[in-house]
Amino acid sequence: MSKYLEMIRIRFLMMLAYRTNYYTGILIYSINIGAYYFLWTAIYGEKENIQGLSAGQMVTYVAISWMARAFYFNNIDREIAMEIKEGKVAVELIRPYHYLGMKTMQALGEGIFRLFFFSLPGMVIVHFIFPLKLPADLHAWSFFAVAILFSFIINTEINLLTGILAFFFYNNDGLMRAKRVIVDLFSGLLLPISFYPIWAQEIMKYLPFQGISYIPSMIFTEGFPGTDIYHAILFQAFWALLLVVPIQILWVLAKRQMIIQGG
Amino acid sequence: MFYISIFFQYIAQYMKTRMEYRTDMLVEILSDLMFQAVNLVFILVVFSHTNALGGWQRDEIIFIYGFFLVPYALFSSFFNIWDFNERYIIRGEMDRILTRPIHSLFQVLLERMELESLFGAITGVLIMSYAAARLNLSFHWYDLFIFILFVLGGTLVYGSIFVALASIGFWSDAKTSIMPMMYNIGNYGRYPVNIYNRFIRFILTWILPFAFVGVYPASYFLGKTDWYFYAFFTPAVGLVFFVLSVMIWNKGVKRYRGAGN
Repeated sequence: MSKYLEMIRIRFLMMLAYRTNYYTGILIYSINIGAYYFLWTAIYGEKENIQGLSAGQMVTYVAISWMARAFYFNNIDREIAMEIKEGKVAVELIRPYHYLGMKTMQALGEGIFRLFFFSLPGMVIVHFIFPLKLPADLHAWSFFAVAILFSFIINTEINLLTGILAFFFYNNDGLMRAKRVIVDLFSGLLLPISFYPIWAQEIMKYLPFQGISYIPSMIFTEGFPGTDIYHAILFQAFWALLLVVPIQILWVLAKRQMIIQGG
Repeated sequence: MFYISIFFQYIAQYMKTRMEYRTDMLVEILSDLMFQAVNLVFILVVFSHTNALGGWQRDEIIFIYGFFLVPYALFSSFFNIWDFNERYIIRGEMDRILTRPIHSLFQVLLERMELESLFGAITGVLIMSYAAARLNLSFHWYDLFIFILFVLGGTLVYGSIFVALASIGFWSDAKTSIMPMMYNIGNYGRYPVNIYNRFIRFILTWILPFAFVGVYPASYFLGKTDWYFYAFFTPAVGLVFFVLSVMIWNKGVKRYRGAGN
């Protein structure tokens, strides 16, 4: 266990060394939030609320979904694919840790770093520029904390899956890009799921993506009525567990399939 | 003349290398298509909950987006210099460029071109045709020429901003994230500028004139007479900004000292 904690620490320190890169990151996210702020204000116009969300809640939704993205987002699919292509994965496999576990811990180290140096200051800055409505009671905050932890897990699992697929395809760049588009669209980052037409919502109910962005953001904006919040967390927990199965299967198959060239 | 023949030779060379990796090309085109679809989905979903966006109808917004894609596709194909600093200055590749008797910017742009992105223009035209059909727009014979002129203007606007930014590399070779930031700011031009506040509208019109890539020129074809003034400015803005950016580039090249070791 301690070696995995060490992984988190090392990655955190590594990120700390390059922290200036993140100041511009905050600016980029703020620019995006700004664009959506104006768009949504124009879309709401005179309307009090759309699909149960008021204009104020919508702005908060946009801000938190981008800032939370800084936490759960990572490129481990790209890293894994790279290590497979370059053959480095062979060395990784003989080291005394679980390769995928180690990757997950690195991602977590990165996520924790961005939580403190990106999401938090970013949220403070955005709060000064745009009229955000932060949740008033501690209840929502604690549910939110649980929800973004699950969104990290689900997103990382999806990344592991797409990364491992590099074992089977010579080039999985297209797949990784497709995954990015799908996650942006169906996770609720760009549009709350409740805005989609009913038939699309029905389909998305059976997919894990809304656990990544829609659920934590809705909790933060206090947009879930009544007990929906419990269902939402359960939904996340269910997918976090279920996604372990395909990862394990692919991992076993991948190791069998692997051919290392040269030595 | 000389430059034109060089241009086609670069294209021929490019085709040869890319045709070797056809699946990669296909993947790239498909994923571009997906990114374009995301924005379209956004517009479609939003308009299932509202009828107008800052006084613009659904199909007008779709038309603007379609128009935007055409200059954007040209820009992505021929002004792919977002990593100029890293590729040419830090690695010293600029030395090689400068020994040749053709303008350095021209060479860099041709070396880095990405013709796959041109497919975005086809998507754009299709989206525009769809919107135009629904809006019952009628066009004159000369509108085609105005379209070409406006598209070129928009491409130059985008291109000149990125050329100017790339030139910063001549003064400071530190890694910056200004380029990705600018890509995000550019997205503001896809929507009608009147939804933004006055400050941002001013920036999008005169400082970083991304509004001349989407809304302004598109409003001419939509028959929005209030915006004609800006629409007809498009080619001029593109040209002025481009001349400025080439001047900045030329100044920068004089300062270039090579990476050396």
